[in-house]
Amino acid sequence: MAEKTKNIMIVGVGGQGTLLASKLLGRLLITKGYDVKVSEVHGMSQRGGSVVTYVRYGEKVYSPIIDKGQADCILSFELLEAARYTEFLSKDGMIITNTQQINPMPVITGAAEYPQGLVEKMKAAGINLDAIDALGAATSAGSSKAVNIVLLGRLSKYFDFTEEEWMKAIEESVPEKFVEMNKKAFIAGQNL
Amino acid sequence: MKQLMLGNEAAARGLYEAGCEFVSSYPGTPSTEITEYAAKYDEIYAEWAPNEKVAMESAFGASFAGHRSFCGMKHVGLNVAADPLFTISYTGINAGMIIAVADDAGMHSSQNEQDSRHYAIAAKLPMLEPSDSAESLAFVKKAYELSEEYDTPFILKMCTRVAHSQSLVETADRVVPEQPPYEKNGAKYIMMPGNAIRRHPVVEERMKKLTEFAETCDFNRIEDGEDKSLGIITSSTCYQYVKEACGDRFPVLKLGMINPMPVQKIMDFAAGVGKVIVVEELDGIIETHCRSIGIGTHLAGKNLFPPLGELSQNLVAEKLHMGAASGVKLDENIPARPPVMCAGCPHRGLFYTLAKNKLHAIGDIGCYTLGAVPPLAALDSTICMGASVSGVHGFCKSGNGEMAKNTVAVIGDSTFMHSGITGLVNIAYNESKSTVIILDNSITGMTGHQQNPTTGRNLKGDPCTKIDLESLCRAVGIRRVRVVDPYDLAECDAAIKEEVAAEEASVIISRRPCALLKYVKHPGPIDCNEEKCVGCKSCMKIGCPAISFSDKKAHIDNTLCTGCGVCTQLCKVGALGGKKEE
Repeated sequence: MAEKTKNIMIVGVGGQGTLLASKLLGRLLITKGYDVKVSEVHGMSQRGGSVVTYVRYGEKVYSPIIDKGQADCILSFELLEAARYTEFLSKDGMIITNTQQINPMPVITGAAEYPQGLVEKMKAAGINLDAIDALGAATSAGSSKAVNIVLLGRLSKYFDFTEEEWMKAIEESVPEKFVEMNKKAFIAGQNL
Repeated sequence: MKQLMLGNEAAARGLYEAGCEFVSSYPGTPSTEITEYAAKYDEIYAEWAPNEKVAMESAFGASFAGHRSFCGMKHVGLNVAADPLFTISYTGINAGMIIAVADDAGMHSSQNEQDSRHYAIAAKLPMLEPSDSAESLAFVKKAYELSEEYDTPFILKMCTRVAHSQSLVETADRVVPEQPPYEKNGAKYIMMPGNAIRRHPVVEERMKKLTEFAETCDFNRIEDGEDKSLGIITSSTCYQYVKEACGDRFPVLKLGMINPMPVQKIMDFAAGVGKVIVVEELDGIIETHCRSIGIGTHLAGKNLFPPLGELSQNLVAEKLHMGAASGVKLDENIPARPPVMCAGCPHRGLFYTLAKNKLHAIGDIGCYTLGAVPPLAALDSTICMGASVSGVHGFCKSGNGEMAKNTVAVIGDSTFMHSGITGLVNIAYNESKSTVIILDNSITGMTGHQQNPTTGRNLKGDPCTKIDLESLCRAVGIRRVRVVDPYDLAECDAAIKEEVAAEEASVIISRRPCALLKYVKHPGPIDCNEEKCVGCKSCMKIGCPAISFSDKKAHIDNTLCTGCGVCTQLCKVGALGGKKEE
């Protein structure tokens, strides 16, 4: 029986390190023998815009993108971005989100307001939500830039991969001098 | 072992394995990484050319000399290189030559979403369209062989979802084929009328032979399906959407060679199914071909799928009545998050000065297009690479020239080298009083930090000749050339006021390296003294993502603030400044 393709969407704000997270995840998944596709967006939206990366794996993966109603997991680096993409979540899917709020320019200029109570509103809409302070955990681990690794640590709780496999993927994906800090951030994400 | 590679990285691997020796390109999303990855192979000479026309002509030169060559560009870049494209179709090549063009349906990072397949048809050149990374690699290798066999450049057509998706590839060793010797052959390579007239029939004959090849080649394959009420013809990333939505249910004709397309193969395929549906992004190129060969009665395509934006698996499922997935939209007004100029971006101070002086600004292509976004809203137009410098001339020269008093052109350093120089020559030669501002951030920014002729480094990162912008502008005949620091608002203001008022053309070079460059050292985040802050919002006029406003006070985000000091100059009460205490 062919396993159904699994879909993970990584969303955030350009510059938050979403590409590294998808790279690390992709690397780990191929070592497990899956067919993998990772779709990224480069260029203009990387300048502080809303960014989306699709990670798909299974026995045979065709489309590089994830469509509405298909994501098994949305890993969100920012709260508003989690709310923006709920429509992509499948019926049984879950959202793991960083509770950090980054104001988009329309909010900064006063043209729009940052919606309040998004965590509660998403839960009220029946969304399976795991909301964590990844920025706080990353800062305690040594760098506010390690939000991506904290979130991957959280994601790892829902995967069957071993600790060693994740740690090896971290070693292969980040510069050597940051490996220890990122490992700390990963474990912090698991234990939040 | 199989590796995960971007489509662009896999295409570069194909160049390496096929023995390509010369690469010349101009960066453009989503094509840029082919050339960046090619440059990582020591065996390949790779360079950034000042524009796509130069890149294509250089790549042709290398092929002419007997070395397999490559040039890459985005869809709009092919417009710039269209001139050589149409004529190297006539001359053919010596060693194999590949031209990669990457389309951007959905306009993730482009000013239009033109369909490059039209160029292959118009220039009578073969075009291959891979649908994933493994095909990107394989098609490049095969294209070199065919390029030499059929004596023609081959076009490799990428799109955002193939170029920027990673999928699995298997690599092989590099094999450099024996180089063809260079022989002078004017009848083939000197395209004056007497020779070109003899080459055109050769082109037509080549297309006939390639059409025969298209009938049987591996690029075009039929995948059988049980339900023959419907047959789908598709290519590129749309093939993936079709397979995702339909699995093996319907027969699929996947076209890997999009020009020329087969005739008999399509007719046979259509005869074996009830109805044919063409699934393709942007224009109905395959559909038009199907109609031209007489498959019209049971054919659907652009009546189902839009000619704009990207397609997807859900859209295919919906149009084929297969039930598309859907999710829960949150009942909430989610503010948009458009891209913005980075904190510390040197363009910000300059655009603030333009907006403050209520000047018209004829814009161009690059990060600084973001100067159009509120609150700066400092741009009046953006068309294509170089259009600011040429456009400002017409804007200021037409009528009685009154527009020159309140108008400038803004163009980046790389874009100026790409196609701003000729516009500046026109300003000097035809004597308009235009003011051109070159936003020199010492890098090609938007596409992700590529070197250019003004940076003093080449694609491989080695030191090289640095084109001096001031001397260049003076050499083409501009007498008023001055340099300002865009972090210094008073200096910018004075310079811009003087130059738009001047009774002759002028160039202002706004010079400061991109804030994201690794070598740039920042003073670090400033502080907002909340006791001093009176909530006047002067600092909010520059649209800096590091400044927010709540509880009637400005707040500095110290993870973003670089300490550029632009907001400090706007604060009348001295609340902004000093170093944030750690």
